[in-house]
Amino acid sequence: MSEPQPLIQVRNLAKIYRMGDVEVSALRGVDLTVQRGEFIAIVGPSGSGKSTLFYILGGLASASSGSVIIDGKELAHLSDTERTRIRRDLVGFVFQKYNLLPTLSARDNIEMAQYIAGQTHKPETAAWFRQTLELLGVGHRLNHKPRSLSGGEQQRVAIARAIVNHPALVLADEPTGNLDTENSEVVLKLLRDLNERTGQTILMITHNPEAAAYAHRIVHMRDGRIIHP
Amino acid sequence: MINKLVFQNLKHRWVRTVLSATAVGVQVTMILTLVGLSFGTLEDMSQRSKGAGADILIRPPGSSIIGLSTAPIPEKVLSFVRNLPHVAVATGTVVHPIGGANSITGIDLDSFSRMSGGFKYIRGGPFRNPDDVIVDEYWARQYHLDVGDEYTFLNRKWHVCGIVQPGKLARLFIPLHILQDLSANTGKLTMIYVKLDDPANLKEAMKAIRAALPDYQIYSIAEYVSLISVDNIPGLKAFIYVVIGISIVVGFLVVFLSMYTAVLERTREIGILKALGATPGMVLGMLVRETVILALVGTAAGILFTYGTRWAIMRYVPGSLTQVIVPDWWPIAALVSLVGSLLGALYPGWKAARQDAIEALAYE
Ligand SMILES: Nc1ncnc2c1ncn2[C@@H]1O[C@H](COP(=O)(O)OP(=O)(O)OP(=O)(O)O)[C@@H](O)[C@H]1O
Ligand SMILES: [Mg+2]
Repeated sequence: MSEPQPLIQVRNLAKIYRMGDVEVSALRGVDLTVQRGEFIAIVGPSGSGKSTLFYILGGLASASSGSVIIDGKELAHLSDTERTRIRRDLVGFVFQKYNLLPTLSARDNIEMAQYIAGQTHKPETAAWFRQTLELLGVGHRLNHKPRSLSGGEQQRVAIARAIVNHPALVLADEPTGNLDTENSEVVLKLLRDLNERTGQTILMITHNPEAAAYAHRIVHMRDGRIIHP
Repeated sequence: MINKLVFQNLKHRWVRTVLSATAVGVQVTMILTLVGLSFGTLEDMSQRSKGAGADILIRPPGSSIIGLSTAPIPEKVLSFVRNLPHVAVATGTVVHPIGGANSITGIDLDSFSRMSGGFKYIRGGPFRNPDDVIVDEYWARQYHLDVGDEYTFLNRKWHVCGIVQPGKLARLFIPLHILQDLSANTGKLTMIYVKLDDPANLKEAMKAIRAALPDYQIYSIAEYVSLISVDNIPGLKAFIYVVIGISIVVGFLVVFLSMYTAVLERTREIGILKALGATPGMVLGMLVRETVILALVGTAAGILFTYGTRWAIMRYVPGSLTQVIVPDWWPIAALVSLVGSLLGALYPGWKAARQDAIEALAYE
């Protein structure tokens, strides 16, 4: 019996940001394998390249060198259209800065994600999703625009948007960064629940050791590399 | 959903939306007003020509339809025409330019009245003194004239003796022999108008006149009126095309600028959409929809503005210009603004569609 194919396989990944003459090496040779159904916490100091790694895994940025295989596909070999399809069908992204569309209400932000994925108004997800929104404590704030939501509320709306299409891979960049203990716990339990019930693979960046404890395994990053302390 | 976003974007920057739509509207108005003025002024000329009550028009040899400056028909031709069969009334006029596109018409009030059924005086009455002038209502409105007022043209002072309803040949009349003498055309006429005993005799009468005056231009009024059209005014069509061209360029520039700033300021939002998996086509489609809305709202505004320009023209310069509303041209104007706008949205849309997703999100 052969090992099932891992969902993510990163080999010797490097990323250099170029801004004019200045070059910043954000990733300097990352190796990482993630099995399907894993819940992984990524920790590390600020600037160690955690968000950059997520951007590349989510197909938002391209690697400078190295290989990234997601769901059996080498990202570097994909066309723009195929990369767009991965973002749309495979990945749910929670941004460190939430990145909600400012002109749309919270509800429309979430529906936009459904619309883009071609999954508007699926009745079987509707009840589950309403429950989830109540659980996240934003059910009553859905008609507000991001501007009139607190940072924590925006963050929870962003989480709802990331999971609404049941992506196989959830990339959550500090999903509890702006939440109090109580709400952090809600979000972390929700992620663990998704992971356990539907087998979604979850990668979560966090600075908080208590949050990291929810994961199956903790990956440490420093200076653009994964370290084994 | 995309429509919601488009609508919210337009609402969010409503000042820019209103200004862009207004600018598109102004160029639509430019086209429609020009067309409305051309059609209206020509239509008004036709109506006034018909309003003279004549069936046949005699013009001197080798003259053009528009632009009357000479009076080379000897008066004896008029007496001759009067004696032809079927001719009920014949009257001669002299038309003399008085600056700009304006002219004055000298009439023989007695025969002219018999032909046209007579002026309807709103105020005042017929000529009594050699310095009397009759104006129509539009002319009076434009130049703020009332009965008894002094009015100067051709280096002379005249007195307004009557204000009449518009629609009979011209707007400004003085007695025929006075204008003949003043313009050194004593004993000569610019045109001869003929009214028949029965319009059924038109063919026969025309034939007789043609035979008697072989070098002259003889028209039935219907023929003459059909010649007063946009096609027969030299340069007018070209002028309309030039204005359409300018409109396309203006629409292009306005929408280019508007969409360009919209794309720049929405860099982040476009990045978010792409991060969610939106295709370049979807992003482009969003901007195209926004542009189409701007163009259509602008066109609607432009059409409304033409009612404003028509009001202003009828209020202030009804003597010189007539503007009509030409709904036939609304789709053309809409097309012109759409073409200009979509061309303007092309580059910004392309820029947005191929924007790198994460670069956009890093944009603060
Ligand atoms: N768009 C960019 N252009 C240039 N340099 C960048 C860009 N994004 C990140 N960097 C640089 O790359 C390095 C890694 O940044 P990254 O955002 O991945 O760190 P991080 O681990 O997520 O940090 P934090 O915990 O503060 O979010 C940093 O030195 C950062 O300054
Ligand atoms: Mg980060």
